[in-house]
Amino acid sequence: MTPLPPAVSAEAVSYRYGDRLALDCVDFTVDPGVIYGFLGPNGSGKSTLFRLLATLIPPQGEGLSILGQVLGSATTDLPALRRRLGVVFQYPSLDLDLTVGENLTLQGRLFGISGADLSLRRSRRLEQFGLTDRVGERTRALSGGLRRRVELAKALVSDPRVLLLDEPSTGLDPAARRQFWNLLETLRRDDDVTVLLTTHFFEEAEGCDRVLLLDEGRVAAKGQPSELTAEVGTETLTLSTTDPDELSRVLAERYPDLPTPWTLGGQLRLSVDGAADLGRRLHDEWPERVRSFMVGRPTLEDVFMLRTGRQLREESAS
Amino acid sequence: MTAALLPFLGLLQRELLHFVRQPTRMVSAAASPLLFWVLIGSGFSGSFRLPGGGGGSDSAAGIDYLQYFFPGTLLLLVLFSAIFSTISVIDDRQNGFLQGALVSPASGRAIVLGKVLGGALLAWIQGVLLLLIAPWIGVPMTTARTLAACGILALLAVGLTSLGFACAWRTHSTQGFHGIMNLLLVPMWLLSGALFPLSGAPTWLQVVARLNPLTYGLHLFRSALQPAAALDSGLFASPLLPWCVTLAFTLVALGLALATVRERSRL
Repeated sequence: MTPLPPAVSAEAVSYRYGDRLALDCVDFTVDPGVIYGFLGPNGSGKSTLFRLLATLIPPQGEGLSILGQVLGSATTDLPALRRRLGVVFQYPSLDLDLTVGENLTLQGRLFGISGADLSLRRSRRLEQFGLTDRVGERTRALSGGLRRRVELAKALVSDPRVLLLDEPSTGLDPAARRQFWNLLETLRRDDDVTVLLTTHFFEEAEGCDRVLLLDEGRVAAKGQPSELTAEVGTETLTLSTTDPDELSRVLAERYPDLPTPWTLGGQLRLSVDGAADLGRRLHDEWPERVRSFMVGRPTLEDVFMLRTGRQLREESAS
Repeated sequence: MTAALLPFLGLLQRELLHFVRQPTRMVSAAASPLLFWVLIGSGFSGSFRLPGGGGGSDSAAGIDYLQYFFPGTLLLLVLFSAIFSTISVIDDRQNGFLQGALVSPASGRAIVLGKVLGGALLAWIQGVLLLLIAPWIGVPMTTARTLAACGILALLAVGLTSLGFACAWRTHSTQGFHGIMNLLLVPMWLLSGALFPLSGAPTWLQVVARLNPLTYGLHLFRSALQPAAALDSGLFASPLLPWCVTLAFTLVALGLALATVRERSRL
């Protein structure tokens, strides 16, 4: 069996705003039916990548292809490509003065869909997203989580093959976030949609099949989240302390055989087998320095830190 | 119905729905011109005399300032309505709706025409509704006059809404658009002969007015409504000139609006 052609592929994609290089030789391939995440802090270039993929800004080169169409090439049938692309922006693109139903109808019309075909697709999405009884409500009156659902339903009225989501979890509470992910899973299963999303939450990226870590416009790592975290180790020990640098120093003096720790969110972390025993021992030995300890598994946040030397989240968030 | 028309019709319908759902917008677009009309019109009516004209009911002498100012008021209503509907382009960009439309398969042309013709239609409807009061304020209407006035109003509505769109597209804040409105759009109205006959004005003002496309549109409109008060015919080399300029203004403004989006949205 020949492998399916990729849904999206990027070969040495760069993008420059004046003197600033926002994307620097980015390569990746997204297979059909996959949920693919772009993880990076603010300013990592993921928004630029999203805008390129969404066909909102013209590419500076011909390295980017979606569904076999090369973006920025003279032969690209842009309207045909856009017809098969669903885009959900970070800031809702809903018309707040229109009702849920009217927003979906307008989206259908923008995609050249009308009549019985449109009402069928519309009611299917409304039902799929549990919005049928909200059809006549103005979107302004809806909660953030509901608006996200309408946003997603709107992007799907045209039955896109590739769905692009920019920071889909922003502004959602944990329950709404979970619900949103369940919807994505359903979509992948029932509609065979390829999903590409940007995020700065490592937890969210870990829900993706494949993930690309982006740092200052360059690919820091890519692959399956489980494979990437396995490279860090199997167990992590997190030490809560007031002075991570000082603890790191005394740790290296006292236990020179331990792997090098790193600081994450003001805490000291290290990848080590038998983390629970070590944590207890250190806590007993330096009760003042090691306030508490936690045993866990490496996350993509650790991967990002170890690959780039930078934290994924802002210091203040910890 | 062809699929190519759907995006345009959808966006046009959106403009109409917005208007119906925002009653304040309806009131504010219509209220200030009417307020100007009543206040300025009443204030001047005692001291204002149209130049020339002898006796007779349909001569210039029989026209008071409230009547004289009426066509200008209608033009101001159309201008305000055009401004209010195109200013929403800036909101559309800020809240993300525009981005959504730009990445849809809809053409740039459909996006512009939906907005511009939707806004122009609203401006025109309001203008026509105000036209209905003409007989009550002593501006007698005939079928021919009404049809001519409605046609000229439609041309001006499309031209002004296109101009507003072209300005709003290039402006990234509503404050910036207010600047354009105060420095370009409202002065265009002030210098169109809406408030006073240009034939009695200083030469420099006449020169500026001649460069203003709205002068020609307002002259056409006033000639249709009250031929006796259209005193500025002497300014134009030929009676056809106002028609040519008004038509050209509408087409150029529309072309400008269409070109604006093409230059920004092409990949």
